[in-house]
Order: sequence, then C-alpha cells, then structure tokens
Amino acid sequence: MTAVHTSGLRAWGCIMVVASLAIAGECLIAAAMRGVGDLDDIRAESGLPGAIKAVLSSPLFLIGATCMALNFFAMLFTLSTVDLSLAAPASASLTYVGNAAAAKVFLHENVDRRRWLAVLCVCAGVYLISK
Amino acid sequence: MKHTLTPQRYLILLAVTLTAPLGDALLTRGMAQIGAVDLHHLGLLWHALFNPYVDLGIVLLIGFFASYMTALSWADLTFVMPSTAFGYVVVALLSRFCLHEHLSAYRWAGICLIVCAVGFVANGPSLTEHPELNRMDSGAAR
Repeated sequence: MTAVHTSGLRAWGCIMVVASLAIAGECLIAAAMRGVGDLDDIRAESGLPGAIKAVLSSPLFLIGATCMALNFFAMLFTLSTVDLSLAAPASASLTYVGNAAAAKVFLHENVDRRRWLAVLCVCAGVYLISK
Repeated sequence: MKHTLTPQRYLILLAVTLTAPLGDALLTRGMAQIGAVDLHHLGLLWHALFNPYVDLGIVLLIGFFASYMTALSWADLTFVMPSTAFGYVVVALLSRFCLHEHLSAYRWAGICLIVCAVGFVANGPSLTEHPELNRMDSGAAR
C-alpha cells in the first residue's frame, strides 16, 4: 500500500525525528555500555544474571532504550505518511552520519578519515540497495 | 596499543550482523501468515505471539540486542555500526540465492560499498584510547 503523500517539509521533518531518536538512543546505550565495562568479564565473574543486572541498573541505558522505543513508534508514524522507499534509506543514512558525528563529539571516539569514509560508503550503499 | 579482536569477539560481531536481518525476515513471514493488523483487530497481535515464525524472530531480535550491547562494551560505536549495516548485504544475498530474486546492478554496487565500509573499519583499531582514563586506571591500580 502506498503511504498518503505528504509535503516534502513534513516528510523530512518526520525522517529527522526518527533519525534523531535513533542517534540519541544508540549514543546513550554506547555510553552506558562503556560505563558498565566489558560484559564478557562481568559475565565470567557474576554470570548472566549479574551482566543483566549491571546493564539494567544503568540510567543511561534506560534512557537510551526509551529513545529506541520512541524511535520505533516514530518510524511507524512516519511510514504511515511517507513512502518506505524514501523513509527507510533516508533515516538509515542520516542515522549513520549522525552517529559518527555524535560519537566524535559526545563519546570522544577517534572518528578518523577511515571511519568517515566507511560511514559515507554505508550511506551510499544503503541508498543503492534501496533503489 | 592497537585494539584487535579475538575470534570470539568476531563471532559476537557476526551475531550482530546475522540476527537482525534474519529476525526481521522471520517476523515478516510470520506477520504475513497472521494478516493485516489495524486498530479494529488489535487482538491479532496476541494471536501473532503463538506463531512459530514470530516467536523465532523475537528470539533472534533479543539475541541481536544482547550481542550488540556486548559489542558496544568493548568496541567503539563507529566500529560496530558497519556490522549492523552489513545486515542489508545479508538480506540482499539471501533474496538472491535463497529466494532467487533478481538483484539489479544498483544493488550489487550497494553491496560492494557496504563490504568496503566494513573492510575499512575492520582494519582499524576497535576502541579509542583515552590516555587520561588509562592514567586514572593505572593510578587506581597502584
């Protein structure tokens, strides 16, 4: 079924909201996991329940998971008004670029030329696969 | 120090890559058997929980989330991201060789670009060094 056609500005607004929630969610979860530490070590020491407890007791993880849940519902809403062929590749590409920028700024990751090139290749690849 | 991955950690990244597209494919197949769900037929969602494809899809997506979080605990977000994108390649190859669908030249080009992206990142370090944190760690150890 084709989605109801909506104005370009509104469509891109929906896509930006979807991508922003995904970027916030993934960065918060990545920050939470860095704070928790190596899950392999925690699982070796305290078993699977200990690892699950360590993850679930992180407030950053809970906020990040909430963002990911909101991202899911925002995507459902977007798909009801914007065509899948635009919404899926556009939101995925924006998420990859946004994640790289956010990882550099907020997580202080070393996003060197190699990683930027990889992000651009992924964006172009996602666009071509969706065609 | 250059952070390289053990074979076990490459297996975790492989799980990140495979579980998401396979889980999505199983959910799609299960929901196709259940039929369209709308506001007047929300009970179908409960019915969907008893579909084996949906159940297996949910298990795989839980596996994806667990392996994704495990990977993020020892690797950078920008290192793990291309692994998730590799799922697009898995779906395209599954549709070509299992469902015998036609893949256009655009899609083959897209597959090549994502494979290149994974290659670029996999050759680099998996985790960013934070010297100030390392100094704090060694100070705490003393």
